[in-house]
Amino acid sequence: MIRINWQKILVPLIAMAILLLFWEWLVWYKGWRPFQMAAPSQLWPAYQRHEALFWQYGWQTLWRTVAGLAIAVVVGTLLGMIMGLSRIMNDALYPILVGFNAIPKATVVPVIALMFIGQHDFNTVLMAFLISFFPIAVSVAIGLSTLEPEYRDILRSLGASRFTVFWKIALPKTLPEFFGALKVAATLAFIGTNLVEIITPHGRGLGHLFQSAQTNSDFPLMFAVLIALAILGIFLYYIVIALERIFAGWAERQPS
Amino acid sequence: MGNLIEIKGVTHAYKTRAGPFPVLDNLNIAVPEGSFCAVVGPSGCGKSTLTRLIAGLMFPDQGEVWLHGERVKSPRKTVGMAFQNPVLLEWRTILKNVMLPLEIVAPTMPRARKEARARALLAMVGLEGFEHKRPSELSGGMRQRASLCRALVHKPDVIILDEPFGALDAFTREDLWQTMHELRVKEPVTAVLITHDLRESVYLGDQVVVLSGRPATTQYVMPIDMPGPRPLEMLYSAESVERLAELRQQIRIAQGRDGQEGRA
Repeated sequence: MIRINWQKILVPLIAMAILLLFWEWLVWYKGWRPFQMAAPSQLWPAYQRHEALFWQYGWQTLWRTVAGLAIAVVVGTLLGMIMGLSRIMNDALYPILVGFNAIPKATVVPVIALMFIGQHDFNTVLMAFLISFFPIAVSVAIGLSTLEPEYRDILRSLGASRFTVFWKIALPKTLPEFFGALKVAATLAFIGTNLVEIITPHGRGLGHLFQSAQTNSDFPLMFAVLIALAILGIFLYYIVIALERIFAGWAERQPS
Repeated sequence: MGNLIEIKGVTHAYKTRAGPFPVLDNLNIAVPEGSFCAVVGPSGCGKSTLTRLIAGLMFPDQGEVWLHGERVKSPRKTVGMAFQNPVLLEWRTILKNVMLPLEIVAPTMPRARKEARARALLAMVGLEGFEHKRPSELSGGMRQRASLCRALVHKPDVIILDEPFGALDAFTREDLWQTMHELRVKEPVTAVLITHDLRESVYLGDQVVVLSGRPATTQYVMPIDMPGPRPLEMLYSAESVERLAELRQQIRIAQGRDGQEGRA
């Protein structure tokens, strides 16, 4: 039987309620108007006014993030494999990747927007990918290059091919590192999507809704979007956690 | 019975930036079928290179390695390996870890037969009931037992043991030595056992080969004519004490420290 730990549930709920009450009180006490600041009680009505848009844009933001992340997983894993299995390729690619990663991605948005004018979906997915493949590539590369030689030898001594060694040993062994990186990458891809949605004009997605709320100084709507984004981000994060449990659950230490 | 493993005049050097780095120099070892050959020598003398040569993972610059009357030119399915680090796969159960070599060597063997074979071996080493545990749930000695099962599961002609008991505490090590003798009765196999432990070499070996310091050559061979399974008390017999003293002396020579006593 699952025992419910009330302390684990109640304490955070009470803490959150206190925070919201303080926020509500602060707005009331200062007499802030909706174009100056939003109170928590105004967020639900703001959501209801634009309910259809929230769902439509929320879906757009989500699928672009997931598409960008999926490409980042494929490309990042491939890059990581190339770098992890070949010393020369690692020496060649690593400095380039580090340099690329060091560029603040907000500066890349105008470049992409100018290169692919009007391709809003494409630009957004591209950005989500560009910002999130780096941690995946690095973690896979490190996971593969730090494989102890004995692991290889037990199969190589039986005449197994390089591919068999990779498939049966190297790949599963890097899964814990891969999922660690995927958690970071999922958050980053989400940032990438929103960057493009906010910065490029005439966009779509929750970032765009946020942008138009800002133009109208509609604070309740802005905060409602922020909370919708937080919910999406948490949703994505827990999907990754669930995948990790399924594919790399063995790496978790059993409580003893 | 003929020699199952023959190492004839093997010389090998690693190529480094500073030039060739010789590790083996005219090494000769012959291991009759079904016997255990313990190899001892100063650390860093090329013992692990020797294991890779026998496994066909490397080839010597000069000389020949023969297994079963055939020259080793590539890895063979008839070899099993176990190392100091048991290198079990954390994402597989113990049973599936032991079955791993069969997936490579006998991919068409029915799963039930693979499993039966692995279970039988695990039972032999006292791991019955642990088939579905993960490696992280086992003690170091138990992991090493599982690693031995994996080395034997595909009925290899030769097993190469590279200090498999080196990281275990003294009592666990002695337990595993006895397990090794019991295994030899049920699973006859020819073995090369690399070790740092002279008592281990005398207890498990049918011959003990002492390698000289780098580059290693065959410095001394001690036959140990005593049928197995040997009782642990064998180690305390006058004969064994004498053998250990002689091996100790040979190691000192290999280390280049002979005759320096009192001067150091």
